[in-house]
Amino acid sequence: MIEGILIGLTTALTFQNILMVMVGCFFGTIIGMLPGLGPMTAIALMIPITYGFDPATGLILMAGVYYGAVFGGSTSSILLNAPGVPGTVATSFDGYPMAQQGKAGKALAIAAWSSFAGGTLSAIYLLFMAPSLSKVSLSFRSPDYFALMILGLTAIAAFSSKGQFLKAMMMVVLGLMLASVGQDSLSDITRFTFNNMNLTDGISFVLVVMATFAMSEALTIILKRNDPTSAAKQVSLTELGSIKINKEERTKMYKTIPRSSVIGFLIGVLPGAGATIASFLAYGMERNVVNDEEKEKFGKGSVNGLSAPETANNAACSGSFVPMLTLGIPGSGTTAVMLGALLGFGVQPGPRLYMTNPEIFWSIIMSMYIGMVILLILNLPLIPYIARILAVPKNYLIPLILFFSITGIYVMSFNNFDIYLMIGIAVVATFMRLYDFPMPPLILAFVLGGLMEENLRRSLLLSNGSWEFLWDRTLTLCILLTTILIVVWHFYKTIIKK
Amino acid sequence: MNINTTKVISLLFFIFSAFYLYTAYQIQVFAFDENAPFNARTFPIYLGYAGLFFSGLKLILPDPNTIKVNHKTLEYKKTLILIIIAIIYGTTILKVGYFLTTSLFLFSSYYFLGERRWVLMFLLSFPFVAAFMYLLHGVLDIYLRDPFLQSIGVMG
Repeated sequence: MIEGILIGLTTALTFQNILMVMVGCFFGTIIGMLPGLGPMTAIALMIPITYGFDPATGLILMAGVYYGAVFGGSTSSILLNAPGVPGTVATSFDGYPMAQQGKAGKALAIAAWSSFAGGTLSAIYLLFMAPSLSKVSLSFRSPDYFALMILGLTAIAAFSSKGQFLKAMMMVVLGLMLASVGQDSLSDITRFTFNNMNLTDGISFVLVVMATFAMSEALTIILKRNDPTSAAKQVSLTELGSIKINKEERTKMYKTIPRSSVIGFLIGVLPGAGATIASFLAYGMERNVVNDEEKEKFGKGSVNGLSAPETANNAACSGSFVPMLTLGIPGSGTTAVMLGALLGFGVQPGPRLYMTNPEIFWSIIMSMYIGMVILLILNLPLIPYIARILAVPKNYLIPLILFFSITGIYVMSFNNFDIYLMIGIAVVATFMRLYDFPMPPLILAFVLGGLMEENLRRSLLLSNGSWEFLWDRTLTLCILLTTILIVVWHFYKTIIKK
Repeated sequence: MNINTTKVISLLFFIFSAFYLYTAYQIQVFAFDENAPFNARTFPIYLGYAGLFFSGLKLILPDPNTIKVNHKTLEYKKTLILIIIAIIYGTTILKVGYFLTTSLFLFSSYYFLGERRWVLMFLLSFPFVAAFMYLLHGVLDIYLRDPFLQSIGVMG
């Protein structure tokens, strides 16, 4: 392994490769900040460029773009409540309220440091555990995935505010219902399209997330006569962009980062799970482990609530490289695009990759460390300037949020119907938000809907229609029992204690 | 009579779930799939029942945290205008083109939200959209349909 690390370092530390990481991080950050253009699009845009390089350099460039785009996505989540990718939805829960309180610079700095720590720690885990983790990830079967998704959805509902469990579960079901629109993945039978061709491919994630977060947030601000820039107006531009994190906040982060990086990395390793589940689970777990006083701050600008998903989503990014490099199974949509590029280079990923192409395997891992450092160096000085977006007056900020949301959809589909659908969903979401129906469970359910159906299908077909698969395997049973424990604990705390 | 709006939303969700469930049962599946342990309608049917279950519970159980919204303080007029402008923008964007419709959308939104600094309004609409369009179309090579710019010969 030492030899491999040295090979990786030699390859990653060449001038060309360091330059590639820098270019990748920079462009990734910019592209990630644009709504509708997440890491997947950013990497896809880079593929034609990478074919001019050798495989290691090409993949290093793509890894840099990946990290940059994830960080860029967090920036739009924190400043505009407009998460462009599912992995940064949980970041907006506490990042946006913190920015609203005039602490935009601090929120971005916490996100940057947490991303850095999460990514670096998970790169260390990756270094030592990649080969053995690939075996663990293979032991996960469809029933386990199905149970894991039930756990994720129940956890986010249970961890929602007091007395919100049923509302959150209704939103979970609504999210799954929206995800079921379009062609069935196996039989190609269309469902809930009402003979409308525009719905055949289903409803896009960006559409739902832009409608329920960015657009409905903009409409709510107008409807409630709120001024999102009022806090920013009360503080100076220097204070708004201040990236100083005090001792108390640092102490909180020291506790949150290690546990969130572990959960993020482990979830990232599971093929198909990825940064979204990791960030939601880390957020939920963090809310459960902090004291009651801190718990009350969740959703209102908690440092732990911001740090946990940011750490986890970056850790999951590194984790998702494990199944891709060691098994040839992409852990997320983004790594699927990278896998395609890898195959394009004529490199066959699999258990023998680190023997046949050690320079590729180890240089990617080494470039992760370098990428994290470069991302921090590039982004921290820019934060005071980026944070000033919040000093833009409300009369300009709201139309600009609407413009970014609509443009995000328009460049994806060039379709009027999608814009109408987005406006319709945004109006319904605005009305529901007035009555405290939480949107995060809807988004998580929407993202997981397809995967959940797929795993339930496999499980039921394998068990010939019997639901025994839920307790046949110890792992499935353990996950299911954890779900039940979470629900029971929630009811114990809200009903019996009262 | 004081109506609890959360209960009304739950009732609407209950009706929606019932409709969803009815539609789920109507999904046409292949004949050989009809009695399979899992087919295209299985998951939606479970979802329909889950929707009925949770919204039913919300309807039946007491609501200790009733949310009261003072409708008199809400700004319905501006919100509605903004929605209408967005719909007009969505309707015209393909036919007229990205540049003109987006610029007009931004300009009119600033105006209806109460802004009257004309120079700033202009700068943050037409030149801003042109720069953004250059970034998407010129730098990132993302196609943007624009019949208006094509008709005046600015875009190829």
